[in-house]
Amino acid sequence: MTRWNKLRRKAVNAIMLSLTGLCTLLAAGTLVFILGYLFVHGAKSLNWDFFTKLPTPVGEAGGGMANAILGSAKLLLLATLIGVPIGFLGGVYLAEFGGTTFSFVVRYTTDLLNGVPSIVMGIFAYTMIVLPQKHFSTLAGGVALGVMMIPIAIRSSEEFLRAVPLSLREGAMALGASKAKAIFTVVIPAAKAGIVTGIMLNLARVAGETAPLLFTSFSNRFWSPGWDQPTAALPVMIYNYAVAPYDDWHQQAWSAGFVLLTLVLTVNIIARFILAKRGHVPR
Amino acid sequence: MTLPNLSVASAQDPVPTGAAPAKLSANSLNFYYGAFQALRDISMQVYDRKVTAFIGPSGCGKSTFLRTLNRMNETVRHSRVEGEIRLDGDNIFHLDVNDVRRRVGMVFQRSNPFPKSIFENVAYGLRINGSGGRAALREAVEQSLRRAALWEEVKDKLHQSAYGLSGGQQQRLCIARALAVNPEVLLLDEPCSALDPIATAKIEDLIFQLKDSCTIVIVTHNMQQAARVADYTGFFLLGRLIEFDSTTVIFKTPAKKETEDYVTGRFG
Repeated sequence: MTRWNKLRRKAVNAIMLSLTGLCTLLAAGTLVFILGYLFVHGAKSLNWDFFTKLPTPVGEAGGGMANAILGSAKLLLLATLIGVPIGFLGGVYLAEFGGTTFSFVVRYTTDLLNGVPSIVMGIFAYTMIVLPQKHFSTLAGGVALGVMMIPIAIRSSEEFLRAVPLSLREGAMALGASKAKAIFTVVIPAAKAGIVTGIMLNLARVAGETAPLLFTSFSNRFWSPGWDQPTAALPVMIYNYAVAPYDDWHQQAWSAGFVLLTLVLTVNIIARFILAKRGHVPR
Repeated sequence: MTLPNLSVASAQDPVPTGAAPAKLSANSLNFYYGAFQALRDISMQVYDRKVTAFIGPSGCGKSTFLRTLNRMNETVRHSRVEGEIRLDGDNIFHLDVNDVRRRVGMVFQRSNPFPKSIFENVAYGLRINGSGGRAALREAVEQSLRRAALWEEVKDKLHQSAYGLSGGQQQRLCIARALAVNPEVLLLDEPCSALDPIATAKIEDLIFQLKDSCTIVIVTHNMQQAARVADYTGFFLLGRLIEFDSTTVIFKTPAKKETEDYVTGRFG
């Protein structure tokens, strides 16, 4: 090993370390920048009113986004009821009965569905629900978000179920459990930490979707009882308020953005903690 | 050429082949993984309440054959069986598969306790086959753990996770779990290969105690172990059963040259 070679190796090492370190800093820095910016602009006008009051007319002080928070909650509840059972059971099928041509087709179409732009999902729900009913509704928004949840729910459930070792399945079947019993009494409980966190992360992602809501749940400046009326939702409110020409509305938009981001961040951190405790998180 | 000086478990009243009822019998069994034939024309008998060992080099088919005895091979896609296996005279391929697996239990090479508590692990088989109620369940769990020589070590921590046990304890837990459903036959697939000598000795003692109530079939890489615990031994090579006889005969006066070469350590 000549001295020149040694120096060259050290130089390449140093350059690559700096380059990769710089890129990491850029990536992490972007997140920190967004968080910081939102915090600075959003936290200052965040008060109890934001969470409890309805929006006030332009020019009036006070008011909040209580209806948007409730609206988002209702939309996410409906999305969960639609997306999770279908996604979870689909994942069970792919993980336990996969290997056939049919499951190949299912996996492929799931990935395609995942790639569909969210606004197209909105158009789909618009055509299927809003047009026949002739009005916007929470139901339509929930369906749009629910259909968006399905592909991710299928894939993440499948991944976590596959991660359960074959030896556990065999152990259950060797005791006289049928395949279905083995799946429901041993495999799914073994994978439940991963499946639950998968659902949480899915929800967190879908909570911020705006485009599918634009012409399904539309928007609402008041409370929206039941499922049949248009409803406000946090991401749509941010959009509406941000493009308006009023300063106090911009302020409200910042606050809403901050609340939404904090929610998503919290869910992500909790999910990571749960997974790490079970040893699923790669270090 | 001298045969190894192994102390052989003398089979009490060795049963002359064909004279006593066999608990399990295989007739011209052939098994295929896709196009590959893993078992060729296997015919043999497992005698009631005796310990039968299968020995042979890696890849000879002994584990594959063991797994056909409780139809676990059906979980592998593209597998095919020809021939028959009879349990007390009934062809197992015509019986309900889950019933067969309850009557013919299996303990695997690497212990595979469920991610549940110790109690729930042992109770699992009882729960899925219909248990008699909480008191009966507790009774059965205690009895199985006693039969597996594990009760004293775990009686105070029944509701802790099974993963907190040592390797040897986990394997005995798997044995207890298999015993809980009162199988007529217990299949052990190299149960000690992942264990240290002391844990191995404990399990071998266990086999001696269990054989009075349960027929045992054990696959082992360790010839000394077969010589120690088994009443009958079958030598497998390249998917065929080369020789099957009482352990004394196989290790002291084998009839086939391949058997003699294997037990004297010339190969494998």
